[in-house]
Amino acid sequence: MIRFILLQNRQGKTRLAKYYVPLEESEKHKVEYEVHRLVVNRDAKFTNFVEFRTHKVIYRRYAGLFFSVCVDITDNELAYLECIHLFVEILDHFFSNVCELDLVFNFHKVYLILDEFILAGELQETSKRAIIERMSELEKLEDLLLRCFAEFKTTMVMLRFVKGYVEIIILNLFYL
Amino acid sequence: MTGMRGLSVFISDIRNCQNKEAERLRVDKELGNIRTCFKNEKVLTPYKKKKYVWKMLYIHMLGYDVDFGHMEAVSLISAPKYPEKQVGYIVTSCLLNENHDFLKLAINTVRNDIIGRNETFQCLALTLVGNIGGRDFAESLAPDVQRLLISSSCRPLVRKKAALCLLRLFRKNPDAINVDGWADRMTQLLDERDLGVLTSSTSLLVALVSNNHEAYSSCLPKCVKILERLARNQDVPQEYTYYGIPSPWLQVKAMRALQYFPTIEDPSTRKSLFEVLQRILMGTDVVKNVNKNNASHAVLFEALSLVIHLDAEKEMMSQCVALLGKFISVREPNIRYLGLENMTRMLMVTDVQDVIKKHQSQIITSLKDPDISIRRRALDLLYGMCDVSNAKDIVEELLQYLSTAEFSMREELSLKAAILAEKFAPDLSWYVDVILQLIDKAGDFVSDDIWFRVVQFVTNNEDLQPYAASKAREYLDKIAIHETMVKVSAYILGEYGHLLARQPGCSASELFNILHEKLPTVSTPTIPILLSTYAKLLMHTQPRDPELEKKVWAVFKKYESCIDVEIQQRAVEYFELSKKGAAFMDVLAEMPKFPERQSSLIKKAEVVEDTADQSAIKLRAQQQPSNALVLADPQPVSGAPPPLKIPNQEPQAAARSISQPNGTSSNIDPQAPSPDLLSDLLGPLAIEAPPGVASTEQHGPTGTEGVPDEVGGSAIVPVGEQTNSVEVIGNIAERFHALCLKDSGVLYEDPYIQIGIKAEWRGHHGRLVLFLGNKSTNPLTSVQALILPPAHLKLELSPVPDTIPPRAQVQSPLEVMNIRPSRDVAVLDFSYKLNTILVGAKLRIPAVLNKFLQPLQLTSEEFFPQWRALSGPPLKLQEVVRGVRPLALPEMANLFNSFRVTICPGLDPNPNNLVASTTFYSESTGAMLCLARIETDPADRTQLRMTVGSGDPTLTFELKEFIKEQLIAIPMGSRALVPAAAAPPPPPVAQPPSPAALADDPGAMLAGLL
Repeated sequence: MIRFILLQNRQGKTRLAKYYVPLEESEKHKVEYEVHRLVVNRDAKFTNFVEFRTHKVIYRRYAGLFFSVCVDITDNELAYLECIHLFVEILDHFFSNVCELDLVFNFHKVYLILDEFILAGELQETSKRAIIERMSELEKLEDLLLRCFAEFKTTMVMLRFVKGYVEIIILNLFYL
Repeated sequence: MTGMRGLSVFISDIRNCQNKEAERLRVDKELGNIRTCFKNEKVLTPYKKKKYVWKMLYIHMLGYDVDFGHMEAVSLISAPKYPEKQVGYIVTSCLLNENHDFLKLAINTVRNDIIGRNETFQCLALTLVGNIGGRDFAESLAPDVQRLLISSSCRPLVRKKAALCLLRLFRKNPDAINVDGWADRMTQLLDERDLGVLTSSTSLLVALVSNNHEAYSSCLPKCVKILERLARNQDVPQEYTYYGIPSPWLQVKAMRALQYFPTIEDPSTRKSLFEVLQRILMGTDVVKNVNKNNASHAVLFEALSLVIHLDAEKEMMSQCVALLGKFISVREPNIRYLGLENMTRMLMVTDVQDVIKKHQSQIITSLKDPDISIRRRALDLLYGMCDVSNAKDIVEELLQYLSTAEFSMREELSLKAAILAEKFAPDLSWYVDVILQLIDKAGDFVSDDIWFRVVQFVTNNEDLQPYAASKAREYLDKIAIHETMVKVSAYILGEYGHLLARQPGCSASELFNILHEKLPTVSTPTIPILLSTYAKLLMHTQPRDPELEKKVWAVFKKYESCIDVEIQQRAVEYFELSKKGAAFMDVLAEMPKFPERQSSLIKKAEVVEDTADQSAIKLRAQQQPSNALVLADPQPVSGAPPPLKIPNQEPQAAARSISQPNGTSSNIDPQAPSPDLLSDLLGPLAIEAPPGVASTEQHGPTGTEGVPDEVGGSAIVPVGEQTNSVEVIGNIAERFHALCLKDSGVLYEDPYIQIGIKAEWRGHHGRLVLFLGNKSTNPLTSVQALILPPAHLKLELSPVPDTIPPRAQVQSPLEVMNIRPSRDVAVLDFSYKLNTILVGAKLRIPAVLNKFLQPLQLTSEEFFPQWRALSGPPLKLQEVVRGVRPLALPEMANLFNSFRVTICPGLDPNPNNLVASTTFYSESTGAMLCLARIETDPADRTQLRMTVGSGDPTLTFELKEFIKEQLIAIPMGSRALVPAAAAPPPPPVAQPPSPAALADDPGAMLAGLL
């Protein structure tokens, strides 16, 4: 089972942190710090696995970003390593050519994608297409509501405008 | 999200901050802003709330504490519109965890969303519960989630989330899923066509079968079907292939689930599974594309562990071994890492030591790899594959590596080296060398346990003492030595320094000088040890050396007012005692031997596995009852001592009993009945050699233990191997033999029950109480205890209750009466049921011959008339015993005393002989005086002549045989003291010697004259 997923840049800034086990805040900060220190100085020729406390961190580096998942020591390492890559492919597809900035400014979207990809520390969906489709479904849903809201706003403005207009007419009528 | 400009602006601001300080200011400003807004509910539109909550999450992600606004995040969950609700759910599941009280507020809303009709809301709610749901959720939501998972009207989207949500709830509370109804549903779920739902359901299945594979046995063929569908038929939609491989993750999951079923009985299922596995094993090639390669090897490694688990045909197993052998020598680091790891796992379940040994040099190369992950795997594998044949090489490699290893590995490394040295030492001096080197090279990483252990060994092995002392002395010559080294050397030289007295530089005063040089550099806990050493050095200096005395007294005087109580007390007491002459000698006499203890080191080395689902390998190890038992018994063939079977009882005892090694104030009076520490220290001594000794003795020149050992080992067999599915804790035979010499202790223990025993003996009567303690949280049912008495004992066991409630202990008294002398043993046939497992064991009851003896010390006026009155066979028997474990005379005297045959000192003019007496009680003989004489040969301690006499021929014979067994059996940790009930007739070789044979032996005639 995945204990947590971290997305950190080389400086150790967290770009995404998702915990599937209950940890206290201070503990989370410690974990993020330790995992960063653990992976950042490792040679590219090294394994993608590092032991971390009683678990194992499977990590992979993409440009300046480290994707790390912490799993049980008995879990299948390579399966999780490719799970990271699949996640990156999904992000890449979604943001069309993803870069760190996309993830910074759209961190809330990344959380959404992750929730469609992994749940309860286990893989939920392995089809890229299914996830991308689901994301556009959700975006539409949000847009739809926003549009309704926007329309409502316009109507109100128009109404107010009409109301003002009517008032003027009435006043004019009065003066007439 | 078009409307989130505020958020983007904030993120840009943060990014533009020049330094950490500016960032903090900006964050504080924002937090202040958010706080004010949250306080002013009126201006807070849902949109603003949403924006702020996202900002909070961002700030939280930057690593700042956000200690407010949780309420607002949670309240967004109940917003009516999707965008707000979504933010509420996501942020809540990031900011809170299952232990937060705020979450309880949301349970109702969450439940309404789950049972409601809005699919999007259902998804959000299931995601929240799946990610942070706790026990509260498990109790109230499980049935609803189950319904969603099997509903035919829900889209796969909802159902896959429901499956994993249920998995979370199950992990939080396994009772959340009722096995009875669910097993069938689960089976149906595995027929699912949608791979998303199938992947999630398989994860759920893995957790379920790891908990109870029997209930879900109908899922087994389905898993094989899934594998066939993916790996053979490649029957998956394009979008579920990953670099051309049909969902590697699902394949891995399905094979993982299969590893929880002990075997596959149905031949056709087995056949099709093996076809698939064969295809995977053979058809996986190395390709250029990294991702494809990783994915296919993920499947391959899972297939490997499944094959290993299934204990497949020889051919397939050797394929696996060959593959792993290939992997551990490839350049690609990930594959090499996994090769090493899986080889270690393989060692745990099958016997492949010999094949793996061929790769030893390759593995040692990996121990020097620049990547710490690989080095760790290599270390684990070396540790696992070590046995007597390669222990020297491997431990030496480890020691060499220790000097260059990074700090993070040194502790583990030194612990492992210490354990291997202990378990597989070809000779004990090598063991001492290794430990001293360890301390020398990595003193900071050598835990106290390790040096306690070496002290224990040295104390218990006389031959080792001079060697250890001279080694310790050598290390003291080094300019800078580690404090632990000071401790060990001080202890050893204090106890055994006098053995070196004739060597240059080793006189008491020289030892004192060199040790005292170290005193200013050591910390407080070491000073008491040094003080004890000085006192011992003083005590051993005969005749007294006034010069040394003066120096030592000066030191004691100096510490008399030390602020540390321990130091002060020792200084004062040693000072006073050292003026007392004889009393001083008594108090500071050599430390007695330590009773045999399981190494606390080994316990320490057990890795704590913290995994979501029980690991399949561990389960598998538990599923092999017969192996566990065989392994727990000594194995003279392979020479490996019992593997890591750790008795729960007193795991730290070894450390505890020795934690105050050098005679603290508490044992100034050795007779003081301090219950714990002292009874450990002064309990039955010299009886059982430490395990390490046992293991080496097996290869020692004597080599006589094989036969009695087999008897001891085979006496305890599980009642039908197929029913016994628990792992026995500790060695039953050893426990029995320990109980033969003491009156209370543990007779048997497994993960569910502990059987303790307490006995009182009076004349030919005995009263034992069996304590049956249920350790588990479930009741033990169908508890049965039957006594199978030998002919010479009358036994009456009070009925044992049928059920033992959870965590309860029941007592069952057992009355014993001894009718006539015999060495046969009563057997307790014991069985119980836990859930559906039937567990049984046949246990020998320690109501043995020596329990009916009463110690008796005779003077020479009493002894000799009696001795002469016993004229010869059959009342007085004599035998020359060979193959005796070499014991020093005092040790042998201890041994006799421990089984209540009292040594009468000074009766025999020859100092190499022992004379002993005791009284035996039985109904037929009444109280009967028994006398014995042991003549030892100082030139050859492995043989002796023994004469035993009493007024009853059977008693004489039985007692003689009993003593013989004791003397011969010691090397095995006295495993075969008493022959098993399974083989009651004494071996024919043990017939009383004929008078003619006696007449041939001049020694016999001599003894007859005495």
